[in-house]
Amino acid sequence: MGRLLGIAIWLITILSVWMFVSGKWWFPPAITTHGPQYDRQFLITIIVVGISFAAAQIGLGWVVWKYRDSGDKQRATYSHGNNRLEVVWTVITAIIFISLGIMGQRVWASLQLTKVPAGAYTIAVTAQQFSWNFHYPGKDGVFGHTDPNLIDDSSLNFVGLDDTDPNAKDDSVVATLAIPADRPVELILNSKDVTHSFFVPQLRFKQDLVPGMKIHVHFTANKVGKYELACAELCGMNHYKMKAYMLVLPQTEFDELVALPQAQFQARQAELLNKYQLPNY
Amino acid sequence: MAEATHAEVHRHPAPTSFIRKYIFSLDHKVIGIQYLLLALAAVIVGMIMSVLMRVNLSWPGTHIKIMETLFPQGAPGGVMTPEFYLSLVTMHGTIMVFFVLTTAPQGGFGNYFLPIQIGAEDMAFPLLNMMSFWVTLVGFVVILTAIFAEGNATVGGWFSKLGTSFAGGSGTVGPIGGWTGYPPLSALGPIAGPGQGAGVNLWVISIAIFCVGSLLGALNFITTLLNMRTRGMTLMRMPLTCWAWFTTAILALLSFPVLLGGGILLLLDRIAGTSFFIPGGLYVSGNTVPLHNGGSPLLWQHLFWFFGHPEVYIAILPGMGATSHILSTFARKPVFGYRAMVFAIFAIGMLGFFVWGHHMFMSGMSPYSAVAFSVLTLSIGVPSAIKTFNWLGTLWGAKIRFTTPMLFSIGFVSLFVAGGITGLVLGQSSLDFFFHDTYFVTAHFHLVMGVASIFGMFAATYFWFPKMFGRCMNEGIGKIHFWITFLGVYAIFVPFHAMGLLGMPRRYAQFTEYEFLKNSKGLVTFVTVAAIITVTAQVLFYFNFFWSMFKGAPASENPWEATTLEWIIPSPPPHDNFAGIIPTVFHGPYEFSVPGAPNDFIMQTDGENIVAEAGGSNGGNGHRH
Repeated sequence: MGRLLGIAIWLITILSVWMFVSGKWWFPPAITTHGPQYDRQFLITIIVVGISFAAAQIGLGWVVWKYRDSGDKQRATYSHGNNRLEVVWTVITAIIFISLGIMGQRVWASLQLTKVPAGAYTIAVTAQQFSWNFHYPGKDGVFGHTDPNLIDDSSLNFVGLDDTDPNAKDDSVVATLAIPADRPVELILNSKDVTHSFFVPQLRFKQDLVPGMKIHVHFTANKVGKYELACAELCGMNHYKMKAYMLVLPQTEFDELVALPQAQFQARQAELLNKYQLPNY
Repeated sequence: MAEATHAEVHRHPAPTSFIRKYIFSLDHKVIGIQYLLLALAAVIVGMIMSVLMRVNLSWPGTHIKIMETLFPQGAPGGVMTPEFYLSLVTMHGTIMVFFVLTTAPQGGFGNYFLPIQIGAEDMAFPLLNMMSFWVTLVGFVVILTAIFAEGNATVGGWFSKLGTSFAGGSGTVGPIGGWTGYPPLSALGPIAGPGQGAGVNLWVISIAIFCVGSLLGALNFITTLLNMRTRGMTLMRMPLTCWAWFTTAILALLSFPVLLGGGILLLLDRIAGTSFFIPGGLYVSGNTVPLHNGGSPLLWQHLFWFFGHPEVYIAILPGMGATSHILSTFARKPVFGYRAMVFAIFAIGMLGFFVWGHHMFMSGMSPYSAVAFSVLTLSIGVPSAIKTFNWLGTLWGAKIRFTTPMLFSIGFVSLFVAGGITGLVLGQSSLDFFFHDTYFVTAHFHLVMGVASIFGMFAATYFWFPKMFGRCMNEGIGKIHFWITFLGVYAIFVPFHAMGLLGMPRRYAQFTEYEFLKNSKGLVTFVTVAAIITVTAQVLFYFNFFWSMFKGAPASENPWEATTLEWIIPSPPPHDNFAGIIPTVFHGPYEFSVPGAPNDFIMQTDGENIVAEAGGSNGGNGHRH
């Protein structure tokens, strides 16, 4: 039984490690400036994880193989442990794990503990059951005033835009997110009903949208294309299809788009959604 | 003097009537078995739900006749709706976490064996002990009621009479907030969609009741362990199981009140118009929500996870205790680094209170606090690694007897490593940008707090069954059960990591809407098949459990040649455990293979000089077979 169990544990180890190194199941390629750093941090971490996992499992498989009761009169080794060994492995794991934890703050700090870079383009995102609204400030670059009391889905005022505000005249509220390539983007995230979460796998980015909070986040995308945006926080029955598209556009194409008034903005986005294709998965 | 007083207070005559003996019993052993049976019932419900969910994910549109019969609304034509799926997610999580992982390891085995292992005749407060079980059972009945309050139009109609927030019959089988029940979704009531009426109220009430039951249990465990140890049972001579139950009880005592408070506030938001968790200016399902203002959705998350993270350790620490105990017994070796194991259990328990924020990296809380939570989280890996090293150290140079409990204990070590190690990924706030709320998380916690804990319970069941019922479980069936389950759970949960790498979000009723998930199809089906096989194999366990209770081979006092106090008394033990003769302890709990001793194990009660006296002849006090 000992040998069989040892072999089983080794086989499980090999198959589990294979699943990660085969490359059959891996992230979709990153499209943000922090993406490569994220991927590197994950690679370092998963290598540490893989080595620790394999070492522990191979060790476990070996002791159950080796130290099975063979029926002889010999007793097991009488030992209550070894304090020096305890100290050694405690210190080693503490150093490795805590360094990993500290290294793991770099991407976080670059996005979450820094101010929005100068020249960022700002878009207000309002999530609702089960769709997304992206509010663009228009030509003047100033958001029109919004008020939750003005929200009226039946008349298509999804974010409560105040039409009496002159700044609101050129604003667009659309269902597809378009962002510029190679330029920092600031999103102001809010929800009008329950908690949702903004998740685009290629961005290596996620952030909850919490009712009652306006959460400012920023990142820089650097690869033109069309991507899927998913909701990642349980928000009700149709959570699984609360989907939108995200277009990353060349700077000129983006500038032209956001200068358009609402109706043309939407029409142009529809064209762009056809022009760009989703990545091959 | 103290001991005399305890003996006076705690000795109560054996009850004779059926009701006082088996139903409203004050005996910790009966209460322990009641908790076990509760968990065995609850886990069936949880498992059936998981299989239904898997079938829906792999083969959407599958007609399941029984669902149509029971829930014509939620499963029209026997096909599950997305909201039905989400209510299964919620109920599966809630039932498994509370009524399985929190009841069996602590309320079940802890109740039965903690008093015996420290040489006490019962718990400190037998009446509280009885109440803790019955309160918990009421909680279970309430959560089951939620299934029909939302799923059945007639039952739902009865609840609807209690007010809007109790509106029932929406066609789900309970609430659809996940076991974490984040407001505002869980707080707004039926306007937020199906499954937000009576189901949520009953869910909150059930959890609040459960908190009360757990608190009563925790007080009892702590008092019993500190005050009622027998002569010679110093803290450092306690079996590691007792250390684990003790630490678990402290965690429960400090964390359940917070959840209880949070649950009451959530219920008030729902039924009394308060706004603890609901901010102003909401617009839900085409209507403004004028009556709420000023609440904070994040407040709930803090309260919930302040409980929720220690809860993970409440689930797994007893499994660690049982594993350490059983590994040592069948390795015929003392536990490697007993003292380090005690400190590691305590360190894991205490650090567990300072890391709840790692569930909230993406929640919108201060990004600076995320840095602290992240580094503290990674440091929990250190005591976890100490435990793993010491388990391997215990097996090193051993003479392993591969009994069924031993197989499950070795399985526990393997699964604990496999599940725990990915905490190094998820504990990093940066990496959560991608992995938060994906199947990578689902893989992590199912392996470590789910199946590792369950393996601890299986090990404990096979190990202590002879003591509890006076008969042994069938080893052959036990081993087949181990092999299918061990390979099965790996086949289920390892592929979850790959789905997580693809970015698959949790709690999706279908994966058909997204192109980036299309490569997961093979994996999803593979997991479903593995889950069906593994769940089916549990029939072996149930059969073995109930068949052996009546037909198993009779068990001797000490069938495993183990050392601790439960093995010096008859199987099953008499009403007051030691028949009035309270044992005195002279040895540590894991004295196996001591050179010069007459046997390869020294009972804790064997004479002090047993090794010196031995010299090949029969020494000690006769607990020998």
